[in-house]
Amino acid sequence: MTVTVRISDDALALACGADEVAAAFAKAGCTVERVSSWGMHWLEPLAEIDGEGFGPLTVDDVPAVLTGTSPLGIGPIADHPFIARQQRFTFARAGKTRPLNLGDYAASGGWAGLRKAHDIGAEATIAEVTASGLRGRGGAGFPAGIKWITVAKAKAAQKYVVCNADEGDSATFADRMVMEGDPFMLIEGMAIAAYAVGATRGYVYIRSEYPHAIAKMEAAVRACAHIIAPFVLEVRTGAGAYVCGEETSLLNSLEGKRGEVRAKPPLPALEGLFGKPTVVNNVLTLAAVPWILAHGGTAYAAVGFGRSKGTMPIQLAGNVKHGGLFEVGFGITLGELVNAVGGGTASGRPVRAVQVGGPLGAYHPPSDFHLPFDYESFAAADGLIGHAGLTVFDDTADMSAQARFAMAFCAAESCGKCTPCRIGSTRGVELIDRIRARAPRTADAVERLPQTHNARKGARTLAEEITLLEDLCETMKFGSLCALGGFTPYPVLSALRHWPEDFGADFGTVASADAAE
Amino acid sequence: MERFAEIIAAHAGREGALLPILHDVQAAFGHVPEEAERAIAAALNLSRAEVHGVVSFYHDFHAEADARPVLKLCRAEACQARGVEALAAALPEQNRVKVETVYCLGLCSVGPNAMVGDKVHARLDGAKLAALVESLA
Repeated sequence: MTVTVRISDDALALACGADEVAAAFAKAGCTVERVSSWGMHWLEPLAEIDGEGFGPLTVDDVPAVLTGTSPLGIGPIADHPFIARQQRFTFARAGKTRPLNLGDYAASGGWAGLRKAHDIGAEATIAEVTASGLRGRGGAGFPAGIKWITVAKAKAAQKYVVCNADEGDSATFADRMVMEGDPFMLIEGMAIAAYAVGATRGYVYIRSEYPHAIAKMEAAVRACAHIIAPFVLEVRTGAGAYVCGEETSLLNSLEGKRGEVRAKPPLPALEGLFGKPTVVNNVLTLAAVPWILAHGGTAYAAVGFGRSKGTMPIQLAGNVKHGGLFEVGFGITLGELVNAVGGGTASGRPVRAVQVGGPLGAYHPPSDFHLPFDYESFAAADGLIGHAGLTVFDDTADMSAQARFAMAFCAAESCGKCTPCRIGSTRGVELIDRIRARAPRTADAVERLPQTHNARKGARTLAEEITLLEDLCETMKFGSLCALGGFTPYPVLSALRHWPEDFGADFGTVASADAAE
Repeated sequence: MERFAEIIAAHAGREGALLPILHDVQAAFGHVPEEAERAIAAALNLSRAEVHGVVSFYHDFHAEADARPVLKLCRAEACQARGVEALAAALPEQNRVKVETVYCLGLCSVGPNAMVGDKVHARLDGAKLAALVESLA
């Protein structure tokens, strides 16, 4: 009787050395099964033997695990507090099935959603999705059912379903984990969407930084082509442009063009890929659909908070002790996520800031830890949940440097179509550099000429530079075509508002507090 | 030239074939040469300017060949929070390996991270990163 060891072949596990550990178990005579990741990333590579977990393992730990003397045992994985307190709908199979095994997928409830859709018909399928209250998980939070109805009602000879798998936000990896861990679920979700709206072709647009996800998805599409027929699905690879995660620039990229943003309207639902009606949904949106069909929209809507229905696969990242994938109903507070679930910082130092929603999300101080995790609560606190990635920073973080990075990132990734984003981001970097250097702008050579009477001759004050930064953010927020330029002000302004001391002490709240003393 | 024609022919009839073609050209030659742009433009009924516009838009396509091995180091927020900037600053000066900045490899809970080819590396510290660079040189 050989021992069966289950180890993930997810890219993150591989990066932590899972292949080497798996080979060591195989060499010791064990049967090794490569499964998806449980999402407890601080424990990767995590080995499972008869339900018991051991991690994080190195090759040297393998003999002790097999003789039962390893101190790295965590007990039954399913009972681990990190797993036990989750509500896993989308990630129900995480850690349990072999990603590319059709038998494992069918045996764990796979294809039940697609069968149900075929049984109840296209219209009722959309009705289930609408009833579930599922909102776009890419960040915008637009109701999926409404988007599908729009495409279903559009008259066209050809319609498309496009999966946005251009997961470029830092702190997000849930899309990658779905594609590498449960690719058939995503394909099933796309097949359901295609059936519901009357589309016959679909594309999964995956960023090129995810070679493992691309390989798994391509293999999965080949393996189940007969099941999803007549729907034809193809995997396409991005080319390193962050902005292609924006749906209209993604469509341009799929068409073989520069990934420039399109003005809306027309909505992609009416004039999308090649001008045809197109459903564009995020990986997590489409991956939630099989569960919704199999269990009913009302069951999904029973979980959640306010207008945010169902569960959200939240990604704990950055300087956090227990990082990983935590799927739970909306409404859990930010503080619970960071402290109770995440265990605080990995460095052991106090938390200074948590960026929620990726590079375009706001930085939140610990005083925001009471916020319930849902779209509306974060919007009300001048933030956003985006794709639900949390980046934890300890007290060594320099928040004006983070604000500068937000502008620099926008400058590096701007598609160049609209001026506030293309030029505003570069001016933003220069402005924050001056603020950080305490070197406000002085009059230039032309301004100093005697004949330019109305030009200011003196240097700006720091407070004026800050006001200018706020004005610039205002222009970018309301003048940009898409979320890249439009949301870059979130990290910048939140850093400025909550940590004014990092931008120089002689302005705003810090200055007035000093004066009061 | 025949190689360009082969690559283009392999994607004949595909919807939006330009990016898949450019990926193959980049993989085969390490860059997208001007002659390739001309051949692709002719085959897809585009102007060379349109093809060049696409090549220059995407970070993955390069106009010039660079024979050095490439290490992609993630310097996005999550890796910053885990100290990648200090690692990058302490990396010894060298010119044999091209150290490229990438924004996010999706391994954000175990950074700092890097990728060489398709192989990913997590939990890097100064010594591990330096050793990784050294192993490529």
